[in-house]
Amino acid sequence: MGSLQLKSIRKAFGGHEVLKGIDLEVKDGEFVIFVGPSGCGKSTLLRTIAGLEDATSGSVQIDGAEVGHVAPAKRGIAMVFQSYALYPHLTVKDNMGLGLKQAGAPKKEIDEKVAKAAGMLSLEPYLARRPAELSGGQRQRVAIGRAIVREPKLFLFDEPLSNLDAALRVNTRLEIARLHRSLKATMIYVTHDQVEAMTLADKIVVLNAGRVEQVGSPMELYNRPANVFVAGFIGSPQMNFIEAARLGESEAKTIGIRPEHIGLSRENGDWKGKIIHVEHLGADTIVYLDTEKVGTITVRLFGEHRYAEDETVYATPVIGGMHRFDADDRVINSGQ
Amino acid sequence: MSKARASFGRTAGVHVALIAYTLIALFPVFLTIANSFKSRNAIFREPLALPTPETFSLIGYQTVLKQGDFLGYFQNSTIVTVVSIALVLLFGAMAAFALSEYRFRGNALMGLYLALGIMIPIRLGTVAILQGMVATGLVNTLTALILVYTAQGLPLAVFILSEFMRTVSDDLKNAGRIDGLSEYAIFFRLVLPLVRPAMATVAVFTMIPIWNDLWFPLILAPAETTKTVTLGSQIFIGQFVTNWNAVLSALSLAIFPVLVLYVIFSRQLIRGITAGAVK
Repeated sequence: MGSLQLKSIRKAFGGHEVLKGIDLEVKDGEFVIFVGPSGCGKSTLLRTIAGLEDATSGSVQIDGAEVGHVAPAKRGIAMVFQSYALYPHLTVKDNMGLGLKQAGAPKKEIDEKVAKAAGMLSLEPYLARRPAELSGGQRQRVAIGRAIVREPKLFLFDEPLSNLDAALRVNTRLEIARLHRSLKATMIYVTHDQVEAMTLADKIVVLNAGRVEQVGSPMELYNRPANVFVAGFIGSPQMNFIEAARLGESEAKTIGIRPEHIGLSRENGDWKGKIIHVEHLGADTIVYLDTEKVGTITVRLFGEHRYAEDETVYATPVIGGMHRFDADDRVINSGQ
Repeated sequence: MSKARASFGRTAGVHVALIAYTLIALFPVFLTIANSFKSRNAIFREPLALPTPETFSLIGYQTVLKQGDFLGYFQNSTIVTVVSIALVLLFGAMAAFALSEYRFRGNALMGLYLALGIMIPIRLGTVAILQGMVATGLVNTLTALILVYTAQGLPLAVFILSEFMRTVSDDLKNAGRIDGLSEYAIFFRLVLPLVRPAMATVAVFTMIPIWNDLWFPLILAPAETTKTVTLGSQIFIGQFVTNWNAVLSALSLAIFPVLVLYVIFSRQLIRGITAGAVK
């Protein structure tokens, strides 16, 4: 239990179409992440699945049953919001139990389920507190606990980590990954952070301007991007895009090479250039250089390197690291 | 240092201005209460003096309590005010919720229409209101006053509350929907507690004009059984002779119920800070 099918979902606000026909299949137990720039419609799509927005057309099926006209509470879903959205006047325990209480579950069952979820998230000491007395990370754990208590078919996460600071974000991310393993539940997660997407997902759905650009596992998207948008969106620093004509390629319009797929040498190489900036990150060194042949490119070297600005160096692309894109920005022959 | 001194000077200036304004605003109240405890001659001889053992007199209060059914007047005023506030808050908040929460055709126009009453005084419609009340047989009933005051208070309530309700987090309402709360439960249990400070503001703004109103009680409900305090006090103001002791005593008494209501609402104003709902 816990599969989802979307068939040509469209959503328009007034005359403005936000979702332009989304088809998607999510299998039971999968962790699917919607990723894309802000305004691409990923949150709207999540709300449509939750039933908080009605699709203008198209069908949403959970476990094979059409839920287009089913109220959010009856869809068997639970949602975790970016702003936590805890009920300020209820204790942590009541916050977590409210959904079951509304559904008419007996008190004993509610208590058991709340205790179990609190145990999973180490929230036991805070059960009697109100949200105002908790820290941001604790609040988000309560919000996740509230979702777990409902034992939903689908977990929906709407940018749950965006309000947390960097250290808490990593911890909570691990916690969500652990939950997914132990609950074996289907989870759908919206984020604009590609690190979250790459680390958590079984399957990433890249959205742009209301359309699905590509669906695939994190490594598929990284190694075989279907088009220029996905190639540029996944991976950091961004992929270098070079006009194919500069490299004498006739069939392709754009050539993409990831910064980590370019080698650097002081003695010899394919593209001669001058270093304009170097970023030392410890584990990586990012070198920006201005080449005569292919323009400005970014090179990512692993470990520490003693390159300095204004040095002349030679860059060489790694064999098989090139992605070729045609005039419609679609991939022709992705790097093997 | 100079900065600190400058801000001290500014703070002092602000306080002087505020204290001066407070004194000016409270002076008539002080005068009313002080003079209500004085004998008739003392009121006229030295209106600004405090009551002394020689001039102290409760004659005004005795007159008020003996003449007419003042307890009844108080009761009428209280019923009209409290019921009107309750209706204004209930319907105002509901309309505001609908306007701020739901997307429907003509939403903005409807909001404007409901707020129009702020700009057009309801007294312009007195004749039509009176005709309507006569036709429905509501003249000389408290219901007539309650209906008029509810209509009078609604525009401001809708206007203020809908602005406040827009600030309530959508996520919170959506979380309620996913947890199976009905729209009414979301309104009463999630949204209303969060806009409590705004509700208190509206209640205060609505209450004062209703309690002090003379116009509508005089026109719609002048009967002895439905008189309000403000109207009741008028019997002491004659064309030729005015019983100042009684008038001042009646007005002093009339201050207290409003004061009590105000204290209740202003506590809500302060307490209603809702930290922790959303970050």
